[in-house]
Amino acid sequence: MTALTLAARPGEDDTSLRPVPWRRMAGVTWRQHRIALAGAAVLLGALAVYLWIAGLSLNHAYAGAVACQPASSVTCQGLDGTLDGMDNFLSNGFILQVLPAAIGAFVGAPVLAREMETGTFRYAWTQGFGRRRWALAKLVLLAAVVAAVAGAFGALLTWYYGPFVGDQSLGLPRTTPLTPGLFDLRGIGFPAWTLAAFAIGALAGMLIRRVVPAIVATLVVSTGLAFATAGFLRQRYLTPLLTSNGNSVPDNAWVISQWWAKDGTFAFGSYPPNNILNQYCATPSAGTGKGGGPGNWGPCLMQHGYTQWTSYQPATRFWPFQWIEGGWLLGLSVLLIAATVWLVQRRAA
Amino acid sequence: MNVVETSGLGKRYGGTWALRECTLEIPAGRVAALIGPNGAGKSTLLNLAVGLTSPSAGGVSVLGGRRAGSPAALDGIAFVAQDTPLYKTLSVADMIYITRSLNRRFDGAYAQARLDELGIPPKRKAGKLSGGQQAQLALTLALARRPRLLVLDEPVAMLDPIARHDFMATVLAAATGDGVSVLLSSHVLTELERVANYLVLLSQGRVRLAGEVNDLLATHGQASLEELAMVYLRAAGERENPPSEVTR
Repeated sequence: MTALTLAARPGEDDTSLRPVPWRRMAGVTWRQHRIALAGAAVLLGALAVYLWIAGLSLNHAYAGAVACQPASSVTCQGLDGTLDGMDNFLSNGFILQVLPAAIGAFVGAPVLAREMETGTFRYAWTQGFGRRRWALAKLVLLAAVVAAVAGAFGALLTWYYGPFVGDQSLGLPRTTPLTPGLFDLRGIGFPAWTLAAFAIGALAGMLIRRVVPAIVATLVVSTGLAFATAGFLRQRYLTPLLTSNGNSVPDNAWVISQWWAKDGTFAFGSYPPNNILNQYCATPSAGTGKGGGPGNWGPCLMQHGYTQWTSYQPATRFWPFQWIEGGWLLGLSVLLIAATVWLVQRRAA
Repeated sequence: MNVVETSGLGKRYGGTWALRECTLEIPAGRVAALIGPNGAGKSTLLNLAVGLTSPSAGGVSVLGGRRAGSPAALDGIAFVAQDTPLYKTLSVADMIYITRSLNRRFDGAYAQARLDELGIPPKRKAGKLSGGQQAQLALTLALARRPRLLVLDEPVAMLDPIARHDFMATVLAAATGDGVSVLLSSHVLTELERVANYLVLLSQGRVRLAGEVNDLLATHGQASLEELAMVYLRAAGERENPPSEVTR
């Protein structure tokens, strides 16, 4: 075997080493993660084509129905009917809720988990770039790409779901823009949740150090966080407005809760107990029994000093809520990525 | 200059010391062999020297006083870990690209010439190469960084005899031809006989013997490195488990 000789080393005793430039991580990150990124792009691309085609006819039908005069004419009723018929499996947004968690799990979780699982971290962390800078550059780059792609997809979703939260007198499910299921798909919600799921995935990968368990953990944690936010946290971003007897709840408000009170104290939640019904509204004219809705016993109880209270978030709070949610998700993502980089820095082989 | 210098170095995992009270000075320009049975602390010492692990006690510096794991240390040391981890789904060309990108120096011409000589096609996925080729690729990437110190952890343990020979020939060429200092661990003594001129013998987490091979052989009256190592490893085993304890 011939001995190939190495060229002389220039600047070998350079004590003030200039670090390897950050920009070099772009190509490195691309080569290592192009398959995951391409997978996410194909998934979102295919969905985008479908949403674009479906959204064109949906928005067209909506514009036609809105412009139609007079609204009570047969033609306009027909257009309303057409619009109503476009309600489909995507309408409530629940299926698309899995996208941020899935992108986070399949792009974010393997970033470090695969290095730890296959032992390649011993290669990566002993190169001249330095492991802290390596982790920081890689995670920030991927986070930016994921957030940008999700942002573009979110813009498409905002447009697609426009008719669902528009004129409430037309067809389609009458939906407040704050409704769980649509709120976090529109505006900046979608990229913010995708970014957070990516950051959760990165940290889970570093903590668990196995690809498949890290993916599962990311799916569970991201979904749990989304449920907790939609179910408990989001309605508390701003103090809900209160109104009595249901008169002045705006059409497209997000109703948080309703209850009945008498003399300033809580009486019952959504449905009156039998003893109250029997006491005040037992006459047939008032309409009673378990089958009767509030339409039957509501006015009767109001005559007897009961008040129905409704707490709600008005639809005008859509953008303040978007910024609040986007803000804390961004903060959370930054924290999680910082924690991941810190773990890379201090982890012993 | 010492390529590796440790003083009172120790590493504890949980309650057990993998390495303790290790004080060493390995001079530059040597091929230093780190030998000892499995679990003696060889990998721990190497991981400390390349900065993958931080010490629980004492200190370690490399390349004449640079803190292990510091940017200056990483710049001058190339490490080939046990089982030569590579990104298996990436091509040989991608591995070269990544290694070049992650380092200040990279001798692309050298890497290309080596791979041509080895008959490793650049478009082949790293995971599809034979074990010997993967080891050679990892070694080529390490040497193309033009390190001052090359650290190898059990580099030939998984290789067949021919691949072992070829691998060690490359290491020796770098050491003798280009003045690269080498520190390699192995529990296969026969590999080291030809190449090592400095010896560090570890057992049960402690340094039992360290010095120039020729000096050690002369002092201890042994004919070969293997015999010397056997004598010391047996003696160390008896110190830890004295025969008197067995009979008591």
